[in-house]
Amino acid sequence: MTTSAPASGTAATATTPQTGERHRPEPSVRARLFETMVLCRTYEEAILREYHTDKGPGFDIGKGLVPGEMHLSAGQEPVAAGLCAHLTTADAVTATHRPHHLAIAHGIDLHKMTAEIFGRETGLGRGRGGHMHLFDPATHFSCSGIIAEGFPPALGQAFAFQRAGTDRIAVAVTGEGAANQGAFHESLNLAALWSLPVVFVVEDNDWAISVPRAASTAVPSNADRAAAYGIPGHRVEGNDVEAVYAVGAEAVARARTGGGPSLIEVHTLRMWGHFEGDAQGYRPELAEVSDRDPIPRYEQQLREDGLLGDADVTAIRDRATAAVEEAVTFAKNSPTPDPAAATDYVFA
Amino acid sequence: MTIMEAPQATRRLTTSKAMVEAIAQEMERDPSVFYMGEDVGAYGGIFSSTTGLLEQFGPQRIIDTPISETAFIGLGIGSAVEGMRPIVELMFSDFMGVCLDQIYNHMAKIHFESGGNVKVPMVLTMAAGGGYSDGAQHSQCLWGTFAHLPGMKVVVPSSPADAKGLMTAAIRDDNPVVYVFHKGVMGLPWMVKNPRTLDEVPEGEYVVPIGRARVAREGSDVTVVTLSLSVHHALDVAEKLAPQGIDVEVIDLRSLVPLDREAILTSIGKTGRLVVVDEDYLSYGVSGEVIATIAEVDPGLLVMPAQRVAVPDVPIPYAHDLEYAVLPRQDRIERAIHAVTTR
Repeated sequence: MTTSAPASGTAATATTPQTGERHRPEPSVRARLFETMVLCRTYEEAILREYHTDKGPGFDIGKGLVPGEMHLSAGQEPVAAGLCAHLTTADAVTATHRPHHLAIAHGIDLHKMTAEIFGRETGLGRGRGGHMHLFDPATHFSCSGIIAEGFPPALGQAFAFQRAGTDRIAVAVTGEGAANQGAFHESLNLAALWSLPVVFVVEDNDWAISVPRAASTAVPSNADRAAAYGIPGHRVEGNDVEAVYAVGAEAVARARTGGGPSLIEVHTLRMWGHFEGDAQGYRPELAEVSDRDPIPRYEQQLREDGLLGDADVTAIRDRATAAVEEAVTFAKNSPTPDPAAATDYVFA
Repeated sequence: MTIMEAPQATRRLTTSKAMVEAIAQEMERDPSVFYMGEDVGAYGGIFSSTTGLLEQFGPQRIIDTPISETAFIGLGIGSAVEGMRPIVELMFSDFMGVCLDQIYNHMAKIHFESGGNVKVPMVLTMAAGGGYSDGAQHSQCLWGTFAHLPGMKVVVPSSPADAKGLMTAAIRDDNPVVYVFHKGVMGLPWMVKNPRTLDEVPEGEYVVPIGRARVAREGSDVTVVTLSLSVHHALDVAEKLAPQGIDVEVIDLRSLVPLDREAILTSIGKTGRLVVVDEDYLSYGVSGEVIATIAEVDPGLLVMPAQRVAVPDVPIPYAHDLEYAVLPRQDRIERAIHAVTTR
């Protein structure tokens, strides 16, 4: 069993080094990690654009083609790309109120997801769910808008996979603000107790809406909390997609082969507000955020390693833009649900 | 769904044995069914909801959990999403407070939020009710709270036969079904019990369709609409009043979601007089819903103002006499019947 030490990163910890001696993934994997991150970001930029297009005059959260709260994941792409690279769509992923990057990296249908975000009849939930409530049986993807409460259902998916004698697993993702919730701890205990094939992931983006982790969490690393349940805990520093990929490989393999659950915390980055419309006045490091963007940094690394040239980057970005804009167009051209059917689907 | 109201071989069972029989039969029939909860294994359920099942099906399918309701109810939900048919026990309905998010925000909403693409075929069983001085945190019914929140069916059997038939229906239902058993209907040897907790139960497969009330006693003068243990109390009162020339009809709702509004209206159309008896809290609950059912259709059906016999809006007291003062027992039901039948 490994446990992480405080973030100082001294000897005998499972805190993953940011760069250096670590074994690099295959070139094709590295390119795919980059492409996944670009697709996620391109998607969020498009939703950002569509969301703000018609909120005026001023900002009315309930107005426009995409109404309601909107939690975008820019900056957190390394978590989604690095983890989901080890999964197939037969595996389950449960996400949070900020789910798009994980859904995309797990292979959700962009048309259906986008239509749901636009509240259309062709959406994953026929417009009944919205962006915090995406359910896709085809990829066993789901999310919950309630902090930490997506964990318990993930246990059940893992339980069903285990009982069926498969090597399918569940990946349960939440934020660092959720790690103080009872559901988080109950889930870790039960998964460890029953050796369920689950990988628990904490996206530490430093901020629980406006509350910094130092003001919410009694331990420097949530990975330390794995020790309380006798399971491996890893903290990944640096928002480094390849580090996530490496730690994820180990945790996923462990779950697939009957080794039980693991806990991974990734120190990631929330580039934008908690939700759109959040001016983030509480955030002293706001000016430096764009310098910490993980995507240009990874692009630079892959260019330096000779894996990407201008033409490759252009092609990757063009493919992402085409896929995203096609999905947005599909959503906009889809019918809105019939108000007469507002009470449908309560029961099967 | 087969409706088996036709003559079928029966024998007398307690409500708990009838409930367990349904679970066992469905577990034999469908390998995806399992039962999970606190003390449901070797103990057999604190209120005998799983007696003998561990011996019959083993620990892989009769699963004792840690005291961790959020985790194991959520586990049930996830397993149902992936095609299993879990029966998950919340030991007391009062404990909903530690796990309600999984119940009303997840179990009950996933089907809707998914636009019907994801089903949650799960049964959530729970013991309810007072009458044995267990105090304010272990004596509540709360079925009205579950029924208020959309997305879960709620069944509340009163009789051994219904306990079996409704359990079979609940397990086979593709929706989440909350199955509330009052401790006082189970026929437990260690608790005061009404003789009606031991009764005829059909052998073999037996399904009572969810959403259909039962006329527990036909009568012409006054309708008592009620559920669960209060059905037994109402029948006691009806038997007592019959020689006095008051002919009481007792409607056992059996299911709160869906609610058989037609059965209520039919009976009131006949008697014109209504007493609602509910062991849940008085305000904002089942008794108000029953009266609203009539008021919305035709308030003129009632020739006298309706009476409600429920727990006045107070936590359930501990001391015996205090508790019995607030429970809807025979004395209060009888007074209410007199109030609506006396001009």
